[in-house]
Amino acid sequence: MNGAFLKFTPRQIPAYLLALLLVVSLLAPLLPLQDPLKMDTAARFAGPSGAHLFGQDEFGRDILVRLIFAIRNSLIVAFAAAILAGVIGTALGVLAGYSRGLTEMLAMRFIDIVLCFPPLLLAMLAVTLYGPGPVTLIPVLAIVFVPSFTRVAHASVLSVRSQDYVEAVRSMGASNARVMFSTILPNIAGPLIVQFSFTVAVTVVLESGLSFLGLGVLPPAPSLGLMIGTGRATLAQAPMLLVWPCAALTAMILILNAFCDDLRDRLDPKSSKIRGQ
Amino acid sequence: MSTSDPTARPGLSISGLNISFRNKDGWTSVVRNLGFDIAPGETVAIVGESGSGKSVTALSVLGLLPQQSTRIEGSIRLGDRELLSLSPKDLKALRGNAIAMIFQEPMTSLNPTMCIGEQIAESIIAHRGTSTAEAKAEAIRLMEKVHIPSAARRYGEYPHQFSGGMRQRVMIAIALACKPALLIADEPTTALDVTIQAQVLNLIKELQEEEGMAVLFITHDMGVVAEVADRMVVMYRGDVVEEGATTEIFANSRHPYTKALLSAVPQLGSMSGSNDPQPFDIYDINTGLADEASVLKSTVDMSQILLDVKDLTVRFPVQQTIFGKVTARVHAVENVSLTLARGETLAIVGESGSGKSTTGKLITGLLHPTAGTVEICGKPMRKDTRQSLSRSVQMIFQDPFSSLNPRLTVGRAITEPLRIHKIATEKERDDIAASLLTRVGLSPEIARRYPHEFSGGQRQRICVARTLALKPSVIIADEAVSALDVSVKAQVVNLLLELQQEMQLGFIFISHDMAVVERISHRVAVMYLGEIVEIGPRAAIFSNPVHPYTRRLIEAVPVPDPSRRLDRHKISDSEIRSAVRPGDYVPPARTYREVSPGHLVQDADPEWAA
Repeated sequence: MNGAFLKFTPRQIPAYLLALLLVVSLLAPLLPLQDPLKMDTAARFAGPSGAHLFGQDEFGRDILVRLIFAIRNSLIVAFAAAILAGVIGTALGVLAGYSRGLTEMLAMRFIDIVLCFPPLLLAMLAVTLYGPGPVTLIPVLAIVFVPSFTRVAHASVLSVRSQDYVEAVRSMGASNARVMFSTILPNIAGPLIVQFSFTVAVTVVLESGLSFLGLGVLPPAPSLGLMIGTGRATLAQAPMLLVWPCAALTAMILILNAFCDDLRDRLDPKSSKIRGQ
Repeated sequence: MSTSDPTARPGLSISGLNISFRNKDGWTSVVRNLGFDIAPGETVAIVGESGSGKSVTALSVLGLLPQQSTRIEGSIRLGDRELLSLSPKDLKALRGNAIAMIFQEPMTSLNPTMCIGEQIAESIIAHRGTSTAEAKAEAIRLMEKVHIPSAARRYGEYPHQFSGGMRQRVMIAIALACKPALLIADEPTTALDVTIQAQVLNLIKELQEEEGMAVLFITHDMGVVAEVADRMVVMYRGDVVEEGATTEIFANSRHPYTKALLSAVPQLGSMSGSNDPQPFDIYDINTGLADEASVLKSTVDMSQILLDVKDLTVRFPVQQTIFGKVTARVHAVENVSLTLARGETLAIVGESGSGKSTTGKLITGLLHPTAGTVEICGKPMRKDTRQSLSRSVQMIFQDPFSSLNPRLTVGRAITEPLRIHKIATEKERDDIAASLLTRVGLSPEIARRYPHEFSGGQRQRICVARTLALKPSVIIADEAVSALDVSVKAQVVNLLLELQQEMQLGFIFISHDMAVVERISHRVAVMYLGEIVEIGPRAAIFSNPVHPYTRRLIEAVPVPDPSRRLDRHKISDSEIRSAVRPGDYVPPARTYREVSPGHLVQDADPEWAA
């Protein structure tokens, strides 16, 4: 198994790219980079140079450094929100699907209520009430994405719980918690992981959108949405200011989706693609 | 090779048929050098276990194999037309018109959104081009012909309102709509209950006599072959190993594989005179030599009662008014009482809906009874004692493909019960897994592999190993061998008997297969609509069945002996009734009388008087 992970195949490219993204954004404060907030008004809109590979923005800040920190902010918000939504949503879905009856009714109706709100509207409402910033953003985005996890988990549990192996562990005397979390959960992990990948990608987009509207990450902190927002204003003078954050956003989402796709195949013991290699 | 009358014009004639499938490593041959003829009015059965190529042969006759990835050589002729050289368009015209097929799964082969009558009429219009009114009249006539009661009334009903047996009759009616020259029946009765199977086989024979069509019957069940086939072709991994008249092959098989196959088929009535179970003789498929089964010593210890079930009842509401008043209930299990002694096997037999599996689940505590008690080794099974009692009762399930968690290695799956009950260290568990695997005849090395890499028989052995991990005293085997091929079935039954000899296990063997039950059990309980109608020592039940339902059940079992075909006039067209009752239904008080020591029979309900 370990050997298969270490051997290089084209399918692993997204995994390496994601690892690179995560390492760079996690270690960004420790790397010998310039301060993303340091202004240099003399060199506004300066083109690429040895010191500033991607050039400088409207306040003369280094674009590459700001991109790295923007990706860092996006990923922190997206992963935190997706993990929170995933844990709550999955727990609710598994509980509802396994216990049926009243629990199921209450859980699923609660989810329906949350689903009634358009995600962007809900996020804007919360941000307007509690003020912008990551501390508001993470729980709000988590609530927005809880229903999708619950629905996926609930539907998968319904099909898995009728399998004989679930009945078999029950007949061995396993407790309900054990049946839910050590027998059912691993067998519904596939669709949940795919859901997680989409959630992270959609959260990145949503976070950028809110920041673009000024409801997410607050300036002067760097964010892809903010950078796109300001880049739009100076499109005529410096088009690259818009191109770089857009390209970063697109690439990030592609990498995330490709990685999670591959991960799902890898987690399935029946996958011949992996064992065949 | 053929023994049919050479002057008869052959209905279907297959010669030198070779079929290969393309996979990533090139071509794999699945059928080699197959040849046989079927005359009009004749029935030929292709017999074989899974992977023998029997279904592939049927699909090749219909031209239904995917053209891109299949290579077919040889000749398939219907009358004087060569089917292999026909264009797809001509083949399409032939299918349904000259050749019709019925499938194994009557539940899924009908369109659920269209009423039954229209589905038959549609096929009449498509092939004969009659008017709608004529087609409707013809459809009703066909429904009557396949013995669907009150056909005109049921014309507008939908598939979900029909039972499995009735749906298979509808499929036959559709197949007959165009008076085909050849009917291909691919395991048409495998999914049906025995009494219904007897009715459907009877119907096919009757219609064949009327229409004079050729029938190609594909099956793995030797009893069915003996029942219907004039001649048989035995296939093993793509090769024909033996071909000839059914009577001749049953009386005097030459090929070792045929011998092995026939010997693995349990014969009802072969056990009279003995009270204890008897293992199967295992024949070597290559040499045909028997590995004679040893005679078993008696394991029953009547002084130790492992299981005592009293007045067990469970009912499920199926229909409620808006205020929560139940208007209909399934009386799944009604007043069931039984006991199991140490080292004893009690078989529970019955057809679908009889409540036999539900009884098994009530005993293991997977379901909670509406009334009544289950005592295991003297301790009552309740919600709070289920966890500790589950160490004494373990269960084997029917489908070995769904009863193993695909995410656990074989080793982990086997030691899962130990982990649940926090027994032994991780190292000790590995040793236990290895010894259990060896015990059930598998290599300890496989502990690190995943279930999907194994065949059905191997998986069922893994399941048996898993049930043994906690050293239980009672094992509930719910149709544990029903999904297995005959030869594998015999091996697993032998394994269970060996384990009983060794550990004095008590088995509750839930099955619809009377022949296996006769082989394995000490005592038999017959269930019908949730109630035990007859219970007693196996020898007494099989030699002297008293209750009308038990008699019907035993009579319906196809006997793998062509000289003892079913008496066709005896088979009634009655359906298995449903255990759904109105909400205010009070089950009648039942009385039992003792026919002989330990042999109890329910006093028959007036419904059986006819």
